[in-house]
Amino acid sequence: MDAFFEWFKWLYDDTGINLPFLYDSYDRGRMIDGFFMTIKLSVLCLFFSIIIGMIGAWLQASPLKWTRRFVGGYIQLFRNTPPLVQLYFFYFAIGTMLPKVSNGFGGEEPMLGGFAWAVVSLSFFAGAFNVEIFRSGIEAVPNSTIEAAKALGFSRLQIYKDITLPLAFRVVLPALANNLVNLVKTTTLAYAIAVPEMLYEANQIWSDNVNVTEMMIFMLLVYFVLVGALVWVMNRWERSMKIPGYGA
Amino acid sequence: MAWSEDQPMVSIKNLHKSFGALEVIKGVSLDVMKGEVICIIGPSGSGKSTIIRCVNALNDMQKGSILVEGQEVNDPDLNKLELRKKVGMVFQQYNLFPHKTALENIMMAPLLVLKQDKAEVEELARQLVKKVRLEGKENNYPGELSGGQQQRVAIARSLAMTPDVMLFDEVTAALDPETVNEVLVTIKELAEDGMTCILVTHEMGFAREVADHIYFTDKGVIVEHGRPATFFDDAKDPRTKEFLSQIL
Repeated sequence: MDAFFEWFKWLYDDTGINLPFLYDSYDRGRMIDGFFMTIKLSVLCLFFSIIIGMIGAWLQASPLKWTRRFVGGYIQLFRNTPPLVQLYFFYFAIGTMLPKVSNGFGGEEPMLGGFAWAVVSLSFFAGAFNVEIFRSGIEAVPNSTIEAAKALGFSRLQIYKDITLPLAFRVVLPALANNLVNLVKTTTLAYAIAVPEMLYEANQIWSDNVNVTEMMIFMLLVYFVLVGALVWVMNRWERSMKIPGYGA
Repeated sequence: MAWSEDQPMVSIKNLHKSFGALEVIKGVSLDVMKGEVICIIGPSGSGKSTIIRCVNALNDMQKGSILVEGQEVNDPDLNKLELRKKVGMVFQQYNLFPHKTALENIMMAPLLVLKQDKAEVEELARQLVKKVRLEGKENNYPGELSGGQQQRVAIARSLAMTPDVMLFDEVTAALDPETVNEVLVTIKELAEDGMTCILVTHEMGFAREVADHIYFTDKGVIVEHGRPATFFDDAKDPRTKEFLSQIL
């Protein structure tokens, strides 16, 4: 392993191609931390945005006018503003309004840090799209299928759980995959509020080593592989859910 | 008042139903005794389907009364589950659950709604598959079955709830002429077994063969009714005569 890392040191000395996150153990640590921070951020945002999507779609079918309007307003607000502006809004506007808490060393710090705000902000951003995606799936389930279940004596909850959701989910998977891919890419915005995710760490490394070109090529490749892996998983999932003779 | 078998199993009195300003049923009354097979025929838009959809409360009604084994359907506190245990329904478009196999479609309601034991339900379901002559298709999904096969699964699915009355809503209208017969044979056997059936149909030959009583509806009222022989050969009302002359 050491020989492998040494080779990149030699590569730098010989050709000037500088990849310090391979031969330098400190930079390697930063890169690995950044990678796992991106994974953590992505997984949490994926999870919460899907939860927001499901609850929102359910609330949007509410018989109460103001509940529907509230969900509609939420979607408009988060769909029609840039995610970076939303992130700044949460971090700088809402974040500074919240009370400060003791940090245990005699000082004070904000109640929620950059990471927490990034999760909140990005989950709401992607969640707004997920609400619409889930709603389209629920609406795609034919009313006649629901009626057949009613005629058999199914309760509303049984219909939702055993008929509507399983069918709607299959319809929305491609659109959901699209939105989740976008979400993983959008986690790079957390860079702007100093969350030490992958792009932020890459910036630290190129600031120290003046190797922007190499770092940006590397970043492009890492995100390509990371998102590619997500797409692969989603496609596999879609295939495994396919019903013989149903849909295209 | 307890219901007894010498009273009508289904008793419709002065049924009125509107969709918005459009009144589609204008005072329909009819009785069905246990073991009787009645057919409702008439032009499209005459309210045939609406009548039977009111019987199992898929449509509400504005005025009138429907008693199913003595239970009033036009009642805001109606226990729809109890009603739908007694009344089975088969639809024009089959409306099977596309994500479940033929056998699962049949087993779903007894398991979920009646909370019956799985082994018993499966035994019943396999008997029903045999009854509708679909042995070997148990594990096929609806999308892999022909229209006639799907409709027979739908009949079996409804029978699995052991209803006292079966409603058939133009169940052969979506089928090609060759497969119509396989579904009609199934219904005929059911009628011969003593099942109480209300059929909405355009199959005049079939109606004449299996029905105990024919009702002809037009523009939301029953124009004429009678025993099949009298009705088809000796219609009195000019509107009935005109309708029959068009199709026979």
